[in-house]
Amino acid sequence: MTALLEVKGVTKRFGGLHAVSDVSFSLGEGEILGLIGPNGAGKTTLFNVVNGVYKPDKGTITFAGKDITQCPPNEVVHLGLARTHQIVKPLQDMTVLENVTVGACFGRDYLPLHQARKVAWEVLERVGLAPRAETLARSLTIAGKKRLEVARALAARPKLLLLDEVLAGLNPTEVSYMIGIVRDIRDSGISVFMIEHLMQAIMSLSNRIVVLSNGQKLAEGRPEEVARDPQVIEAYLGDPDIAEKLRQESDATATAD
Amino acid sequence: MIFRRPVFWLTLLFAALMIWVPVTGNRVALREDLVLVAIAIILASNLNLMIGYTGYVNFGHIVFYGLGGYVGLYLVTGRQWNLVWAALAAGVTVSLFALALGLGILRLRGAYFALATIGVLLAVQSFVENFDPWGRSTGMYVSFDSYQRLGGARHALWLTYFLVIGVMALSMLLSLAIKTSKFGLGLFAIREDEDAAVVLGVNTTLFKAVIYSISAFLPAVAGALMFFKNGMIDPSVAFEFMLSLEGIVMLMLGGKGTVVGAALGGGLYEKLRSSLLTAPKLSNFHLVIAGGLLLLVVLFAPGGLVGWLYRLAPRARKVLE
Repeated sequence: MTALLEVKGVTKRFGGLHAVSDVSFSLGEGEILGLIGPNGAGKTTLFNVVNGVYKPDKGTITFAGKDITQCPPNEVVHLGLARTHQIVKPLQDMTVLENVTVGACFGRDYLPLHQARKVAWEVLERVGLAPRAETLARSLTIAGKKRLEVARALAARPKLLLLDEVLAGLNPTEVSYMIGIVRDIRDSGISVFMIEHLMQAIMSLSNRIVVLSNGQKLAEGRPEEVARDPQVIEAYLGDPDIAEKLRQESDATATAD
Repeated sequence: MIFRRPVFWLTLLFAALMIWVPVTGNRVALREDLVLVAIAIILASNLNLMIGYTGYVNFGHIVFYGLGGYVGLYLVTGRQWNLVWAALAAGVTVSLFALALGLGILRLRGAYFALATIGVLLAVQSFVENFDPWGRSTGMYVSFDSYQRLGGARHALWLTYFLVIGVMALSMLLSLAIKTSKFGLGLFAIREDEDAAVVLGVNTTLFKAVIYSISAFLPAVAGALMFFKNGMIDPSVAFEFMLSLEGIVMLMLGGKGTVVGAALGGGLYEKLRSSLLTAPKLSNFHLVIAGGLLLLVVLFAPGGLVGWLYRLAPRARKVLE
């Protein structure tokens, strides 16, 4: 597997706080890489550094063979790295279709308007938002807004998609629908880097998982390895009962595979 | 295509009427009324590109109109340029000025940007008040032979009127063209959520500076034409802060973000204003009305007249863009 994204020794400080310190990992093509960690571990900050919202204080980020450490977010998108937001940012007074068209227009291919609209429709079909294409984004439910986030990012035709807690706040039916979407994205050849708190989901979806705690990388590996890692159990999970539950879950998925 | 949009044809029809009505019967008084309506529409339409499309409130939009007037008059009178070339040169100069300025002050957002635009207006005004080639606070007069070169004053005034109507039509068509373009879509994204727009791939810094510059062009051209028509310019008439504020009222009244709304608001407000101004006992009372109107619109019809129409007939959204 060749590395699509290579993060090397990245550090990001806010004043005295080391939000992310000396984190390195890589992500292969066609892979789903999970990113977990307790609240405040620096997961979203790491996403913001990867897609250029923040410049790291130290370290480099290479995407598809190109150094993107100093690139602003809008250039990162053109190179094929799109993302969603944990706190959804819909363009409220624009229709769902217009929202997704923006993604297609200014995405990787910088499509002209009429082609972008076509791509937007395709993406809306794919995430099940087509029936709501003409409604204003503000009138969507939270589940709808989460899907809109994914749709906008997908419309950019990325090579790598960063998903920041797309499952948070969804009910079980919506969760399983969204998991289906993520699988479908991976199957279409797009690599995925996702933050998730829903353990069951991320354990079953990810090829590998990176664990972050207090801004530092604690562990990295296959889901079942990470779940058994004593350091992770101690520092991240804290509670031995949760650890036990996790182990059983990962065993269950391992046998299911 | 823009030709398929009803607003395109409505604009042309409106411009044709604005020319045809005063020309038949040579109604000069009516022409003088209508030229003010046209100027109001030009200012409101171009202000709309910033406020309605991009979500940046510009309190100092009038600075482009005034500067355009100064550059235009200077070229016509001081350098004996042809009026049309002088007006175009004024537009280009002021646009470039706005581009350079925009790259700086558009780093500010929200109230800070709005404050900076007031600062720009005041700074430019004091600069001009102290600028010798432009006659300091006494301003400049159009030399008589500038009118002679256009075939006499009578002829020159009609020509100026036609040009102003042309600029008015262009302002509306420009608004329409931007609204239906990819560039416009990017601006709307900035208006809705600038951070989201960047992450979606919009080069917001560039887009904002470019639209700020574009919104300066036609008002500057109009300023050159209008002050040529008036025969003189001085800092107090060129950089009238009240007119800048009234531009915002026009926009809110008609409906920001829409081509028709900006034109409607500009036209209606100017008619109201001139009837109040000419009523003998009501000196400056129009400002009271303007404030009251703004308050009512913001409270009860934030979408303005056009937004209200949209609510009555949602289909109107497709026709009256």
